[in-house]
Amino acid sequence: MTFDQILFYVFSFWFIASSLAMIFSRNAAKAVLFLILSFFSAASIWILLEAEFLAITLILVYVGAVMVLFLFVIKMLNIDKSTLRAKFAGYLPLGLIVAAIIIAEMTLVLGGNQFGLDVVAAPARHGADYSNITVLAMQLYTTYVYPFELAAVLLLIAIIAAITLVHRNELNRKKQSISEQVDVQAKDRVRIVSIASSSKEAK
Amino acid sequence: MMALWQSFVELVNELIPWFDGSIAAILIILIKAIVLVMPLMLVVAYFTYAERKVIGYMQLRIGPNRVGPKGWLQPIADALKLMTKEIIFPTKANIYLFLLAPVLAIAPAIAVWAVIPFDEGIYVANLDISLLYVLAIGSIGVYGIILAGWASNSKYPLLGALRSASLLVSYEIVIGFALVTVVMIAGSVNLNDIVMAQKGGIMHWYWIPLFPMMIIFFISALVETNRAPFDVVEGESEIVGGTHVEYSGMTFAVFFLAEYANMILMAVLAVIMFFGGWHSPFEGVPVMESMFAWVPGIIWLLAKTTFFMFLYLWVRATFPRFRYDQIMRLSWKVFLPWTIVWIFVVALMTQLKIGPWF
Repeated sequence: MTFDQILFYVFSFWFIASSLAMIFSRNAAKAVLFLILSFFSAASIWILLEAEFLAITLILVYVGAVMVLFLFVIKMLNIDKSTLRAKFAGYLPLGLIVAAIIIAEMTLVLGGNQFGLDVVAAPARHGADYSNITVLAMQLYTTYVYPFELAAVLLLIAIIAAITLVHRNELNRKKQSISEQVDVQAKDRVRIVSIASSSKEAK
Repeated sequence: MMALWQSFVELVNELIPWFDGSIAAILIILIKAIVLVMPLMLVVAYFTYAERKVIGYMQLRIGPNRVGPKGWLQPIADALKLMTKEIIFPTKANIYLFLLAPVLAIAPAIAVWAVIPFDEGIYVANLDISLLYVLAIGSIGVYGIILAGWASNSKYPLLGALRSASLLVSYEIVIGFALVTVVMIAGSVNLNDIVMAQKGGIMHWYWIPLFPMMIIFFISALVETNRAPFDVVEGESEIVGGTHVEYSGMTFAVFFLAEYANMILMAVLAVIMFFGGWHSPFEGVPVMESMFAWVPGIIWLLAKTTFFMFLYLWVRATFPRFRYDQIMRLSWKVFLPWTIVWIFVVALMTQLKIGPWF
């Protein structure tokens, strides 16, 4: 067994173990943490496959941003575990059917008869001067430039749509005008009144 | 010495046939890492001393001057104090996550240093995508703060964690966009190549074409490291101590180490991105260049970094704390549009080949 293989099995073990732990964890915050661990293991396996740009992007986008928002939401939610458990039996048959279909589809598409070593040759190892990101960029910005730009525009539209959905109600909005706040002078806010003190009159 | 090392490596390789030669590589990386981390921890310790001294003088105080000559042993005393203090666990805290949080804060703060080039060829790892690595691993540090806030099961830490999560996510976007302009000019995401592209003296460094980006990067770095005037995550006057409220002794010290290691990292990054990394400022100046030719590159890098570290302290002593909504507005309505506009400006400059940078 070479060192690469040992690494592969270590990362794969952590990938599967953390994915299972994520599903079986009862604590939502812990589940998110296990999901992060499984992302990390997946990224490590991709690095072994010399796809370091994808691996780093996975960590940057999913671990660095998406999962932070997940944790953020979980902290805000007040999850009632008893209601979750009460509905468990009701959802179980449907869940099992969906899971069975997904497993069947994945074995059909990703199984050994499609991606086995006798069907697809093992990817060739590249030298130290091979730059994954350069190769990827060449493909993205030459051959696939239109699909790439289209995807970017689609994402932009999605962002604008999400913002407009939140922004549609102009009523009851409290707006702050920063320039007004900055322009405030002391005389606008404070009134200095001279009041004759009573002790003076007593003297 | 080398012969001894060689025989040791051979012995280990024979003992463990599985590793087929890579055990030596792993050991060498381990030794490099220790050589990097030990001075880093020392710098962190004395950075806290420098902070107290500098801010002390700025506020017409003396600062620490009791432990050792002129207070030089103060950081050691602080470290000993923190190590011997009791670690208090809140009753309803989630102990595992409570203890995991400081680890998650310090591990990325140190791991990022692996790709920082200190001089030509002096680094732990020369990654092809080192800039992305820095951003990716750096973005994990936020989990330390979020988990600390959540696992403490306490109100103020939770508020601090919420603030920190939203701040870090918004400013990471700004930092990412600001660094995109650097990548556009250098034509590489390798930190070594970015520094090499700035060769040729002070006029070739990227702070001239990317001046607004440099300012934005520095201010965003202040937010990312929770430093004044953007330290709302801790905000003593508002939420007591933010995420650190329930942490004591060594667990707090680890957060402290992580924060200062991140500050130094951001200073080094600013130097690498905008101030020519290890290059001498006198390159291309007739007499000065030969006069300072003997100075190794690492000295220049550290000197420039020290200036940025001083800026952190200077800013802290100068400005009052921002309000939370003002920080958010600064990110989304001021910095983000500026960075996007500057990406187009840089694209234009690249096409027109303005100046010595492109």
